[in-house]
Amino acid sequence: MQLKKVKSALPPGWYFMQGDEACAEGAIAAGCRFYAGYPITPASEIMIRMVHRLPEVGGTFMQMEDEIGSISSVIGAAWAGAKAMTATSGPGISLMTESIGYAVITETPCLIVDVQRAGPSTGQATRPAQGDMMMVKWGAHGDNEIVAFSPWSVQEMYDLTIKAFNFAEQFRVPAFLLADEAVGHLRETLVIKEEVEVFDRVKIPGQAPFGTEEINGVPPMPAFGEGANLLVTGSTHDPWGFRKTQDSATQARLTERLVRKVRDFKSEVIQTDPHLLEDAEVGVVAYGFTARAALQAVKTLRKEGIKAGMLRLVSIWPFADEAIADLGKRCRAIYVAEMNRGQIAGEMKKYTATPVISLPKTNGEVIEPAEIVEGVRRNLP
Amino acid sequence: MNEKIFQMINAQAFPTPFCPGCGHGILMNAVLRAFAELEYDLKQTLFVSGIGCAAWIPSPHFKADTLHTLHGRAIAYATGAKLFNPKLKVIVISGDGDLSSIGGNHLIHAARRNMDLTVVCANNSIYGMTGGQVASTTPLGSLTTTTPKGNPDRPFDLCKLVEAAGATFVARHPVATPIPLTRTLKKAIAHRGFSFVEVLSPCPTQFGRRNAFRSPFAMIQALKNTCVSLERAKGLSPEELEGKVLVGEFVGPGKNN
Repeated sequence: MQLKKVKSALPPGWYFMQGDEACAEGAIAAGCRFYAGYPITPASEIMIRMVHRLPEVGGTFMQMEDEIGSISSVIGAAWAGAKAMTATSGPGISLMTESIGYAVITETPCLIVDVQRAGPSTGQATRPAQGDMMMVKWGAHGDNEIVAFSPWSVQEMYDLTIKAFNFAEQFRVPAFLLADEAVGHLRETLVIKEEVEVFDRVKIPGQAPFGTEEINGVPPMPAFGEGANLLVTGSTHDPWGFRKTQDSATQARLTERLVRKVRDFKSEVIQTDPHLLEDAEVGVVAYGFTARAALQAVKTLRKEGIKAGMLRLVSIWPFADEAIADLGKRCRAIYVAEMNRGQIAGEMKKYTATPVISLPKTNGEVIEPAEIVEGVRRNLP
Repeated sequence: MNEKIFQMINAQAFPTPFCPGCGHGILMNAVLRAFAELEYDLKQTLFVSGIGCAAWIPSPHFKADTLHTLHGRAIAYATGAKLFNPKLKVIVISGDGDLSSIGGNHLIHAARRNMDLTVVCANNSIYGMTGGQVASTTPLGSLTTTTPKGNPDRPFDLCKLVEAAGATFVARHPVATPIPLTRTLKKAIAHRGFSFVEVLSPCPTQFGRRNAFRSPFAMIQALKNTCVSLERAKGLSPEELEGKVLVGEFVGPGKNN
C-alpha cells in the first residue's frame, strides 16, 4: 500500500477520550472531510464530535432525514471527491444495506462505523452486542467483498478508523469499523503521534474508471467536475460505465473482479493479535471489547495450569482463514467468546477440523473473564 | 443550436430505450436545449437519476457527469455531491414513482432545506419499466396492472406537495408544449435553491393502451386539452376548471408567496 505520512490533526500527546470521539478524531486524521448521519444510540457521539470538528478542517457535516439518506449522500460526496463516512448502529445498517451494495458495484470508497447494540430489531439500544458481524459481510444482495475491523480499545477506535479509511480508498470498497457499545462509550487513554499514514485516492486522467486489464485490479477514480464525463451506475457496466444489462461476459468479469480485487490481496488486510499462544494447548478467539475479557481469562487459566492462549481478530473481513487454520493445528480445542450466538465461531469451522466451541452471550451485557474461564473448564477436551 | 445539442450527447448511447410515443424524448430535448441556451458548462454539471424509464434520460445519454443511483435515492445522492462541491450544478431527473413514492422522504426534506438542486420529475402517472403498476400519481379510477378495477386512491399533486414542503421554485408543464417547458426549465436550472419542475409525459405503452387512448397522438392531444395555464385559468369558473390540470410557474421569484 502506498501510504503517505501526514501530520496528525490533533497535537501529539496523551488524551483521555471516549471511543466514539476517538473514532471521529481518527476519521479527521485520515482525511475524512464529509460526514452524513442520522441520530442513533450508541453511535451519536461520533456525529456530535464531527459537527464541531469538520468545520475546523474545512469539511462538511450533514444530518440527513434517515440512514438511507445518510449513506446515499456519503456516496454522492465520495464521487464529488471526498473521503466520506457515516456512523450508525444495527438498525441503521439494515436501512443502509441497499446503498452498501451500490457502493460495492460502483467501487465507491467510504467508511461505515457500526457501534453495535443488542438486537434483533430495536432490541436494547444502550446495551452492547456483536451481532452484526455477518450482516455487514452478507447483508447486501449479490456477491461482494468488503473490509471490516473490530477495535478493542479507544486507541484502536482511532487507529483502525484510519486503517479502514486507507483500505476503503486502496480497494475502492465500503469499509466497516465494527465497534460495540462498550468500546464506543469506553473512556481511556488515547495516544496521538506526530504523524499518521494515509492512502490518498488514485487519479489517472484518461484511464477507465470502472475496469482494469487485470482481473483483480482497482481502477483509478476521478471526481465529478473534473471533465471525466463520469457514468456512475449501479447496473452492470463496462470499464467506462456504459450499462451492459444483458451481457453475460461483462457481468461475469465485473463480479469476479469486485471480489478478487480484495480477496487476492487479503494478506495485506488481515491482522491478528496473538497473546500467550507460543505453547498454548487450548486457544481462545475473541475480538472487540470481548477480547479484553478473553485475555484476562487465559491468564487465569494459566494460573490454574491450563495452557491457554488468545488469538484476537483485529480485522474481521476478509476473514483470517490461515491464522485460524494455524491455531487449529497447534491447539486441541478453540473457544470463541462473542456477544452473539456464534457468528464467528461458525465461520471458523470452515478453516479448521479442531473442535470449535462457541461461548456466546446475548443478554445485553459484556462477557466477563470468569464466564470464559468457566466455559473453557467445562468443555476441556 | 442543434449543433450545440449534438455536442452534449453521447452518440454511442443512442438509440434511447424509450418506447414509440413516449414523452421522455421531448423532455430530454428540452433539458439539453435549456442548457444550450443558458450556455452552461456541462463539465461543471452533474445529472443524478434514480431507477425507472425517466432515469435513463440523462444517463447514459448526456455528455456530462452522470450518477445513476438506486430506486428513490437520487435526491439524497445529489445532496451529498452538491454539499461537498457547491460549484457543481446538480440536476436530478427521474420519474414520479422514483421521486414521490419510494423516494418521497428525500423529496420533501430537500425542499424543506431549500437545497440548491433542480429536480425534474417526468410524471407519466404509472410504473412503466416494471409493467404498468399503479403509482402515487395515477389518476383516480385509472386502470393499471395492479388496479384492474380502477385506481381507488387519489393521486399526489406533486407541485402542491413540494410547495408545502418549502421549495422556492415550483412549476408544471406537459411535454405537449415544449417551448414553455424549455423556458421554465431554464428558470429552474438558473434558480438558486430548490427548484422543482413536474413534466407531464405520456406513456402509451403502459398507461394509454389500458385507458382508452387510441394512439400516442391521442395522449398528446388529451394533455393539451386537460392542461390549463395559470393565466387562462383566471378567466374560468370552478365548473369550467373541473378535471383540468393547472400548468405554469406556481412558486418562484415574483410570485405572491
